[in-house]
Amino acid sequence: MPVTDRSKLTFYLLLAPLLLWLVTLIILPHVGMFIVSLREKVGVREYETSFANYAVFFNEPLYWNTFARTAYMSIASTVLTLLIGFPISYYIAKLTRGRTKTTLFLMCLIPFWVSELVRTFGWMILLRETGVFSGVLQYVGLADAPVEMLYNDAAIMVGLVYTSMLFMVVPLVTTLDSLDDSLIEAGYDLGASGFAILREIVIPHAMPGIVSGCIVVFMLSLGNYLTPILLGGKDSLWFTGLIYSQFITRFNWELGSAFGFLLLGLSSLIVFVGLKLSRQSLGKTMAQT
Amino acid sequence: MKIILSTVAVLALGTAAQAETLRLLTWGGYAPDDVIAKFEAETGHTVEVTKSNNEEMIAKLRATNGGGFDLAQPSQDRIAGPQAEFGIYKPLDMAKIDTALFIPSMLSATEGNTTVDGAVYAVPHIWGTSGLVVNTAMAGSVKDYTDLCNADVAGKVSYRLKRPTLIGFAYAMGLDPFAAYGDEAAYKDIIDQVEAKLVECKAGVKTYWDGGDELKNLMRSGEVVASMAWDTGGWQLNDDNKDITFVAPASGALGWIDTFALPARGRADEAAYAWINFVMQPEIAAMITASAGNFTASQGGDADVDEALKAKYQASFPQAAIDNIKWYPSVPAGLEALEGAALDRINAAK
Repeated sequence: MPVTDRSKLTFYLLLAPLLLWLVTLIILPHVGMFIVSLREKVGVREYETSFANYAVFFNEPLYWNTFARTAYMSIASTVLTLLIGFPISYYIAKLTRGRTKTTLFLMCLIPFWVSELVRTFGWMILLRETGVFSGVLQYVGLADAPVEMLYNDAAIMVGLVYTSMLFMVVPLVTTLDSLDDSLIEAGYDLGASGFAILREIVIPHAMPGIVSGCIVVFMLSLGNYLTPILLGGKDSLWFTGLIYSQFITRFNWELGSAFGFLLLGLSSLIVFVGLKLSRQSLGKTMAQT
Repeated sequence: MKIILSTVAVLALGTAAQAETLRLLTWGGYAPDDVIAKFEAETGHTVEVTKSNNEEMIAKLRATNGGGFDLAQPSQDRIAGPQAEFGIYKPLDMAKIDTALFIPSMLSATEGNTTVDGAVYAVPHIWGTSGLVVNTAMAGSVKDYTDLCNADVAGKVSYRLKRPTLIGFAYAMGLDPFAAYGDEAAYKDIIDQVEAKLVECKAGVKTYWDGGDELKNLMRSGEVVASMAWDTGGWQLNDDNKDITFVAPASGALGWIDTFALPARGRADEAAYAWINFVMQPEIAAMITASAGNFTASQGGDADVDEALKAKYQASFPQAAIDNIKWYPSVPAGLEALEGAALDRINAAK
């Protein structure tokens, strides 16, 4: 067999699992869902092709507002995760060595050994009216009646940040690790302040890590279902919750599919705008982290 | 004698036919392990249980066009609509069901409600009601659904954001939603009024509960003192705290009947019929009542039931309250979209 043929065969063999994955698990279901989203129900078992389901989203302020609320809460949780995650990653990457580093990194990972559901229930035990925090506050005398900390937006935010912290820390540690310490030393030698070094040297170097961490955290928050529903209670309107209820409790697959596609499109748009604003490209970001 | 005969019939069926695997789509507590073990020993069939709820059952069967399960247990009011819309069930062969095992009034009511194009799609299994679960020491004022909006219990009430809540509130407001089932405009008018009321009440709601365990947790901790819930939930809580019990609302508890229906593409019909005839025997029905907490449609099935449960049932349901139960009629296709939009708006309201 000639060499070119053999290398071609290897190429296709290696390509096959990827193609199989992409086509059967991603492309085909999406095509199917898109077709469903174009069906307008006109009667019992009667459907017409139209964009009516998409029009519902734009005409009913409820759905549009829910998406906007989900998007800005996800952006807020991404920013919060970055603000908390950056010092942690910097400490792990630059100020520790050897075993301490591994231990600290592992401790970030430990909460992920249990399922998301268990982690969320953990937060419910801490935050509820008869929960741990409320009990401690009453015990030390800071509150004279039970305090309800669950079922509000702040509780959702705590849950989202906690759930996605790891996905911010990992890319940040990787990029910060690759920053040569001598660059920072050189900065100090030239008389720069700590803040100037952070702004001129550390952040520009870590930018790909920041961007990819933000994309992952934003997408995870936007697509989260359990945390907002369980921690948010009666005000927990979240776009994924709307999609779930259209599919499961309303039997309205047509509208649910349309919502799914709108979520995909609008979240991609937000990520695109974010990349443009930070002057990063997706390819560059992915290559460096 | 009848019991022995039917057991023998089941036995004969089981040994004659090929042993099958029965994939049962049901509710928590409806297929306890001891009943399954007995059934498997007697018939040779094996049983795989999947626990679910009404909406998920329909969604699951719709996704596979009625495949993946051999026997499902949706409520009787949720069969005709989805069947007309999605065709997920197949008609029952009543000749294969031992109808003498059923309470006749319940059997004929269920048959009437689940008949589509002249074919019967379901027989009754377990019935119960939903109403109010109240901590009588702390929320004595709650006697009806609308009392959940009272100022003295504000911040300490809960209910589900689902269709029973809409129906219950409508009755408590003096409206008659079931009578308006056939008239979409009149029904929409009722739902609009209920929506306005529920939006007004939202400030006093602690949280909308989703699962039975979540509600029990809230009631046990005292964070919630009154809620809309199923009768069994109230009776179970009564075991832990004597103050908490189920109260049939002044405007009437809502009565439901969970049924047996055959999914359109089920593969083990023999085992499914065998299961139906097996669990409707009075002594097996009593075992299921002990596990699920609700009574069955089995003739004589309440005879062997534990006295404590009977006492709780009688305390919650004096004869007048039983006569006042509003049984769910079959939901016409299309009404649920209307209700869904109202529930979404209530959920989004500030």
